[in-house]
Amino acid sequence: MSDRAGIGETPLAVEHEERPELRHHFADVEQQRNAATLGMWWFLGTEIMFFGGMFCAYLVYRRWYFPEFAASSRSLDLIVGTLNTAVLICSSLTVAMSVRAAQLGKRKLQVQLLLATIFFGLVFLGVKAYEWDNKYKEHHIPTFSFNAQDLIKDNQKLFGLDKLQNDPAKLQEREAEIQRRSQIFFSLYFALTGMHAIHMVIGVGIFAVITWMAHKGRFTPEYHTPLEIAGLYWHFVDIVWIYLFPLLYLIDRRPGA
Amino acid sequence: MADHSEHVAPAGLYWLVWAILIVATFLTAWVATIDLGPFNTVVALFIATCKASIVVLIFMGVKYTHEKMTKPLLIGAIFWLLLLLVLSLTDYASRYAG
Amino acid sequence: MATAVVTTERKNYLNAEYGIRSWLLTTDHKRIALLYLLSITFFFFIGGFFALLIRLELLTPAGDLLTADTYNKAFTMHGQIMVFFFLIPSIPAVLGNFLIPMMIGAKDLAFPRINLLSWYIYIVAGILYLHCLVSGGVDTGWTFYTPYSSLFSNTHVVEAGLAIFIVGFSSILTGLNFVVTIHRMRAPGLTWSRLPLFVWSHYATSIIMLLGTPVIAITLVLVVLERTLNLGIFDASRGGDPVLFQHLFWFYSHPAVYIMILPSMAVMSEIIPCFSRKRVFGYTFVAMSSIAIAAIGFLVWAHHMFVAGISLYSALVFSFLSFLVAVPSAVKVFNWTATMYKGSVSFSTPMLYAMGFIGLFTIGGLTGLFLATLGVDVHLHDTYFVIAHFHYVMVGGAVMGYLGGMHFWWPKISGRMYPEGWGRLAALIVFIGFNLTFFPQFLVGYLGMPRRYWQYPPEYQVYNVLSTAGASILAVGYLLPMVYLLWSLRYGKPAPDNPWQATGLEWRTASPPPTFNFDETPEVTWEAYEYETMPLPDEVTLER
Repeated sequence: MSDRAGIGETPLAVEHEERPELRHHFADVEQQRNAATLGMWWFLGTEIMFFGGMFCAYLVYRRWYFPEFAASSRSLDLIVGTLNTAVLICSSLTVAMSVRAAQLGKRKLQVQLLLATIFFGLVFLGVKAYEWDNKYKEHHIPTFSFNAQDLIKDNQKLFGLDKLQNDPAKLQEREAEIQRRSQIFFSLYFALTGMHAIHMVIGVGIFAVITWMAHKGRFTPEYHTPLEIAGLYWHFVDIVWIYLFPLLYLIDRRPGA
Repeated sequence: MADHSEHVAPAGLYWLVWAILIVATFLTAWVATIDLGPFNTVVALFIATCKASIVVLIFMGVKYTHEKMTKPLLIGAIFWLLLLLVLSLTDYASRYAG
Repeated sequence: MATAVVTTERKNYLNAEYGIRSWLLTTDHKRIALLYLLSITFFFFIGGFFALLIRLELLTPAGDLLTADTYNKAFTMHGQIMVFFFLIPSIPAVLGNFLIPMMIGAKDLAFPRINLLSWYIYIVAGILYLHCLVSGGVDTGWTFYTPYSSLFSNTHVVEAGLAIFIVGFSSILTGLNFVVTIHRMRAPGLTWSRLPLFVWSHYATSIIMLLGTPVIAITLVLVVLERTLNLGIFDASRGGDPVLFQHLFWFYSHPAVYIMILPSMAVMSEIIPCFSRKRVFGYTFVAMSSIAIAAIGFLVWAHHMFVAGISLYSALVFSFLSFLVAVPSAVKVFNWTATMYKGSVSFSTPMLYAMGFIGLFTIGGLTGLFLATLGVDVHLHDTYFVIAHFHYVMVGGAVMGYLGGMHFWWPKISGRMYPEGWGRLAALIVFIGFNLTFFPQFLVGYLGMPRRYWQYPPEYQVYNVLSTAGASILAVGYLLPMVYLLWSLRYGKPAPDNPWQATGLEWRTASPPPTFNFDETPEVTWEAYEYETMPLPDEVTLER
């Protein structure tokens, strides 16, 4: 069992004088670092299940109400969504590069890359806010005078409304159903993107602290655990978005379907 | 005791990963507009999984880590997520059948 | 060793520092455990108060003491407080927190400040819940079932939901701390196969906390959003599915039962070998059965939903999977009894609780099989049979384990011996009171009395009178330890380092332990439970 903790023979007092970041209950820096990264990985496991509950709801309703989900998905702005995904990928690159800069002991580069990360994070959030604002204007926010008339108009064939034209009672019933079901999509859309955005906001906050620590020269090639585990968190939030993008924006974009 | 020096990946590799991710993002958006029948979703999720995998392996450093727990833990957590999804769907997939 | 009675006061974690600040800002896992002990005891008595109201109301068939609405609130808050604010943190956050670092020869948990943070999160959630309670409470049942909770209830569902959302993070952080500590902080030589079974069980518990709790967290968030922003995810009239809520809720809340029972099993695996003076029978099987329970426990949740409208095929699958979880549970019970077989068993207080546990848990577990059987469950669902079943597991199992553990490690925690005679008496009272309370509920449930009603037909009265009488005996059984344990803090005999001659590492340090647990980091060269090498406990020390 090689992951067994190795409590070193070095007397603790000596170690502590050498390494100010070492906390009293760890035997050495190695053990401390391993504990912190393992803790972050377990936390990310927890996060998978946190989003998992919403993914489960998404899956169930997507199976049930596919036409409504497809139509609602088409009403999201594909170009903006794609570009925003790219922005987030750029932020992941700058995080990875800043960890590398810390490994190499390049302090200035580290700070610049971290600032770039925060910048990309804020751009992503800004674009997200722009998209939400559009949804607000289109009356696509559930309960806030939600209205699916534009979806109904644009997706006559998808909803099979063209076949109901000479049966007004059934047509009305179907339209009311679409109104209800597309609201479920947007409930999940806002729950998922909202929860993701909250994680982004927390991430930007964490990186503000990390940047300040990097600026103060706290990170050395031997010790940069806070930066490393904050990076893990950031990449995870990025991965969640990598899945959210196809699941929300690309449900059915086939022309003519 | 594992040696203290961690693996420093070359910067070029990170740029390469970035390029792949960007290309894959535009690719997945483009593929979605082609009619592949039921395979549109499959392709979209496949691309997403590839993207997620390289982020995990390269950016998050799972490929280089000395840490033996990371991979089992990751696989375990994903397996747990699948348990939630699959077992819930046993209900939904068969609910109106009988 | 056994005679090393403390003569001069040595520095330990209790007298290392004084003052309220030294407690509220402590990062010592032992002090945090005591903070948890105080807070969960407080909530135990609040929850107990509601239990008292329920039992008094049910003394007579008519709804005379409480109105129907108040009764709904009473059983809801009894359930929520007992589950989320007492049972789930009980053994892990008190005994686990106190013992895991000592059992593995570490100075502290891996993240001491996160440990303290988890207590503060618990307190914030607790205050929020208390605020909800005094401002009128909540009446959805502890399960928050939609659409009642999201559409119809006029009580403080949002506040209660948020409190339980928040307390979930306290449990996630505790679990996180435990797994990392167990992986990373073990003393040299302490391999996985030498770990005490207490640690194995807590490892399994932590996995459930980490992978289950986030699901209920997000589910409660969705319910809160549904109530506040009027979303329709769980509202059938708007295309949502209320049964989806039940899926997500039970995905956590069924495994949550194992969060309660696994730590109790952890305590059993320490007490039983010690008072049988024998190595635990089938160490590997007991260890692995903990992990198996944690894993299989996640596959059975829909057996709570057989009559909720899930598909028949799905119900069959979940029924079968529910039977599977009985296997590792039975492995444990058989191994404990085999450990006692031909051992030199002594009936000390912790052992009395342990034996009570085995009996009650077996009844609780086996009646669980009745309920996992599809056809039987249709008859018994939402009757008092279910109530009796889960109280046998959660009170007869988890609380017996908690009390047994508190007695077993009390000398280590407080540095004092408790009065053995009173201890045995209390254990007996708890056992009798418990059975008198809950056994009649099996019968009345089988006869058809439904749960969650404030009045009932007169023919059920005799069972309810028995049950209420039992509950008052049980209350005495719970109050007694509180009195004599507090008494022992001042008047109890000073405890030797290892009063039971037990094998764990925690017994190789002083009672109470110094702040960093060990003067020097121990090196482990032996297996757990080598009782054949230990001397018998000193009878003179134990005669107190």
